Amino acid sequence: MPVDLDAPYTLDPQVSLRPERFGALAYHFGNRKLSFLKHPDLVAVVESLDGTGSLRASLVAVGVDERRWPTFVTALNTLEASEMICIRSDRPEVDGARA
Amino acid sequence: MPAPDSLLAPQPPTATRPLVEEFRSGLDAPICLTWEITYACNLACVHCLSSSGRRDPRELTTAQAKDVIDELERLQVFYVNIGGGEPMLRPDFFEIVDHAIDHHVGVKFSTNGTYIDDAAAERLAGMDYLDIQVSLDGADAAVNDLVRGEGSHAAAMAAMERLARADFGPFKISLVVTRHNVDQLGEFKRIADDFGAQLRVTRLRPSGRGADSWHDLHPTQDQQRQLYHWLIDRPDVLTGDSFFHLSALGDPLPGLNLCGAGRVVCLIDPVGDVYACPFVIHDEFRAGNVLDPGGFTDVWRRSDLFTSLREPESPGACASCGSYDACQGGCMASKFFVGLDLTDPDPECVKGAAEPLLAAIANGGSAGLIPTPSLDHSRPGVPVPAPVRLRRK
Amino acid sequence: MDTAIEHPPTDAAATDPHEPAGAATTTDDLLEEELLVEEVSIDGMCGVY
Repeated sequence: MPVDLDAPYTLDPQVSLRPERFGALAYHFGNRKLSFLKHPDLVAVVESLDGTGSLRASLVAVGVDERRWPTFVTALNTLEASEMICIRSDRPEVDGARA
Repeated sequence: MPAPDSLLAPQPPTATRPLVEEFRSGLDAPICLTWEITYACNLACVHCLSSSGRRDPRELTTAQAKDVIDELERLQVFYVNIGGGEPMLRPDFFEIVDHAIDHHVGVKFSTNGTYIDDAAAERLAGMDYLDIQVSLDGADAAVNDLVRGEGSHAAAMAAMERLARADFGPFKISLVVTRHNVDQLGEFKRIADDFGAQLRVTRLRPSGRGADSWHDLHPTQDQQRQLYHWLIDRPDVLTGDSFFHLSALGDPLPGLNLCGAGRVVCLIDPVGDVYACPFVIHDEFRAGNVLDPGGFTDVWRRSDLFTSLREPESPGACASCGSYDACQGGCMASKFFVGLDLTDPDPECVKGAAEPLLAAIANGGSAGLIPTPSLDHSRPGVPVPAPVRLRRK
Repeated sequence: MDTAIEHPPTDAAATDPHEPAGAATTTDDLLEEELLVEEVSIDGMCGVY
């Protein structure tokens, strides 16, 4: 399902995000998928998700040039499709142990 | 490069390197690694890459094993591929596996299935973040047991049936392709489909006990072509990376077509020695030991061996061949254990480039000796392959 | 490969490799940016079960 820029998202708690010199690797313990995030700005967006109210706000907070947003949305759609990111319910944050 | 920080100005877009290039130069931690937790085994397969059979008295203790897991957790190694020998022969097998899963390290383990009785199947089915691979080298006992021992086919099938009954879910069946089972690929696929399992085909190396029988067991050139075309037609069969030397035959096989040894994966053996991969258990490819002062982390990041594996490779004798980009000169384990240099073509080079060199070695004309591992963990007095007794429940 | 300077580019143009970090993002740069997420499988790799 394509991402909704105005919804709040979160990194799935079953995902381990591991910074690399080129960006990051993300491994989903539940579905065993491994993804390669190829730019540090995308990593920054993903890391900022919990602290913002929407994807749009994350893109703005990281300072991603709007002309790059289509590329970022494509990337976020891919992450959503592999269950790495998901819409976050807006209950108060419980600091669950992230895989 | 400093860690990304969302408060800093964003970096300009850069042309990103293909993933395979990032992997080739090595990562700060493995993505996963193979961990052979024991050399003990109830089987004595003809081709065993670790020459397993007898438990090594220096096997890591339970506490040491847990320390390894804790270090892997700190490194964010995503999962371990547990094998052996037969990993379920460790009395603390479940303790180790539970510890990994409780510490953010997934578990995939490879087994001959003998010890998956009903209770074990139930226990395994109840565990999250754990995958299983059952080894099978023949679609029927006639072919399988010649390599793995009398009763081993039945034991593997019984294990798979128990996993199915316990609703374990999808598992993998792993076969080592030999001259004798290439014609059974279709049957293997049917067995896997019947169980809802994924088929994984792997390459026979002249490693461990495999050195003795490799010349008779490895597929012929015609069979390699047969295998290649069969795999190209079946992208759901796992293997691309184990057979990347076949990619010189045409379109590359699916997968990274990359040797990950010392770059994205490695082996930890039962006594804590760290090797580039499970097929090169030999001093030449030993990077260090997890019990060394800097632990596994230092071995991974700073050992001379791994540092050199992450340097750009030169094509050596393959420089003038148009297929080098596809096959990258093949597998270092295969070359090493038949007595070739690492810059020589792969012994199973699909263009036959290694034939003259192999002939020279066979005629005793080669300057070098055929390397053998310093330790043989085979059980003395036990025939190879050894028969296995079936478990009744 | 021609670098489009003042005209809106119609094809991917070469990114200037000497563009200093932190400089304003040019349209050329944007067009070079490709897929930022790649799904990987290392399932076939030796020793990966």
